[in-house]
This record gives sequence, C-alpha cells and structure tokens, in this order.
Amino acid sequence: MRENTLIVRIKLPEATQVQKLEKKSLVSYIYIGEPTDKALYGTKARIQLNDSYATVGDIPEFVTKERQARNEADRNLMTFSLKVDKNTKMGIVTDVKQQLRMANALKINYSTRKVLKQ
Amino acid sequence: MARRAAPEINAGSMADIAFLLLIFFLVTTTMDVDTGITRILPPPVKNKNENVDVKERNVLKILINSHDLMLVNGKPANISNLANKIIDFMSIHPNDKAYPEVQEKFIPELGKKVLMTKGIVSLKNDRGTSYEMYIKVQDAIAKAFNEMKDQQALKYYGLKFSELADNNKIKTINKLVPIRVSEAEPENVGGQ
Repeated sequence: MRENTLIVRIKLPEATQVQKLEKKSLVSYIYIGEPTDKALYGTKARIQLNDSYATVGDIPEFVTKERQARNEADRNLMTFSLKVDKNTKMGIVTDVKQQLRMANALKINYSTRKVLKQ
Repeated sequence: MARRAAPEINAGSMADIAFLLLIFFLVTTTMDVDTGITRILPPPVKNKNENVDVKERNVLKILINSHDLMLVNGKPANISNLANKIIDFMSIHPNDKAYPEVQEKFIPELGKKVLMTKGIVSLKNDRGTSYEMYIKVQDAIAKAFNEMKDQQALKYYGLKFSELADNNKIKTINKLVPIRVSEAEPENVGGQ
C-alpha cells in the first residue's frame, strides 16, 4: 500500500526518538537516494517526486501542487516527509530543505525506522 | 415420475479456499507505518545579512565534518554521550560561567517565575556528511530534549512527558523546555 513506486533505492536510517506520522492525507513524500536502475541513471543520488526524477528546482512547484490538492483549511497543516537513503550526503538534503523553507513548507519529517537502542 | 433431489454444489473445500486467500493477502500487503523525527524549519529570512548576536557561552556548537567526525565546542565527541552533554549544558547553573546564562520567565500555567537557560544547541554539518550521521545527531538532540521534558513533567506532575494526558500540561512542559536548536547552513569543505 505505497503511494508511489520507488525508482530510487532507499534504506532508511534508524533512530530511537521517533514519532508516528499522523493524518497521512496531509503528508507528502520526497524521496532521495540512488536510482534503482544504475545502468541507466548512474549512482549519483537523485530526488524522486511522485513517479519521476526531479531536480532541486522542481520542489517549489511540487509544494504548490501538493498544497493545491488539499483542502484550504488543511494547507498549513501539511507535513513533508523526507525519505532519504542513509548513505546519501547531506548536500542534496540541505538543498531540498532550503527549497522547502523558501516555499514556506516548514513542517518536515525525517523518515526513520524505529529501533530501541542505537 | 420419480422426483430427483436437487443437485448440491460440493462446498466442502470452500473454507480452505477462503483461508488460502486470507493468507495470501496477509502476506502480500505491506502496511508501512511511517515513523520519523518531526522538525519545524525556521521561516525564510528576507534580509540575508541579518545576524543575531548570541553570546559564546550560550551556544553548544556541534560540528560534523565530511568524515562523519564530530566536534562539540571544539572537542572531539561521539554519539553515545552527546545526549548527556546536551542535558548537562542546558541544566541551570546561575553562578557558573562555564554554563549558559539563565533568565527568569513567568509561566502563567504554573503561576510563578521559573529559571530558564538561555542555552542554544547549534548544529552545523558539511555537505559531505552522511545522512545517517546527521540523523544520529538529530536523534541524540531529540533524546536530550525528551529527557529534559520528562524531568520537568516528573517534577511538576509526577508523570513522564509521554504519560501526560492533559493538553494544557503538555503545553506547559513544552514552554518550560523549548527545543532550542539552530541549524547553520552547511559548509562545503569536504567537497562533494
């Protein structure tokens, strides 16, 4: 029951202090990781929005579209969940975060698996 | 004319088929529960040159380089004791210069003034830092603040923070322990 078919390989990092994401309908996902098809797309980390690869510059438009798809009253309650592979470098993650900031999408969630002890 | 009994469908194996189907769907459905660390990003700044002056002693600087090595206030540190370092740093020592300044703040819910630290945790990483390390540090920071919330909740209400049911009490504790974390824009020293 996934929303999107993944075209990037994502192995989530682990953390102990995690919260459950509530109200799934108000959550949008941004995936970052190595492409699954390395022969075609190489091994550099890429961003996946919906069902296709995207660049950092596509994020503001994505945010606007996702907002538009929601009820007007709920727009400010939206969360953007970052599903990032644990071997990704922070550079691309920071760029995405900056874009989200500029687009005023301030509530984010670093998706992690829950473990009891690090 | 002889009456023939209406032919019956052999339904003996129906239950087996139903169970097979049930098990098939149980196995193939993935219900991924989404968990993660929720953070609020700072709102975008219009004026880029706006610098907020914070006293040196009020800041706990955490630096992570592109080899995932960490410095806390200039000294090498590791993940396992980071949470305790943060808790120690944020604890209240009004007369000790080695700890951040304190200020009195009026908390209306408690009806009294409370000493609160002016300490800030500052996190800075390199563009080459791995996401795994970054999450580990975020996790340690979250752990430190959750523990401080637990302390306050135990002190005032005799319950752990997660056990509080009253929304007002949760708000009060959140006021007593604000999550004071600042993230600087990363540097690109390690090269990426």
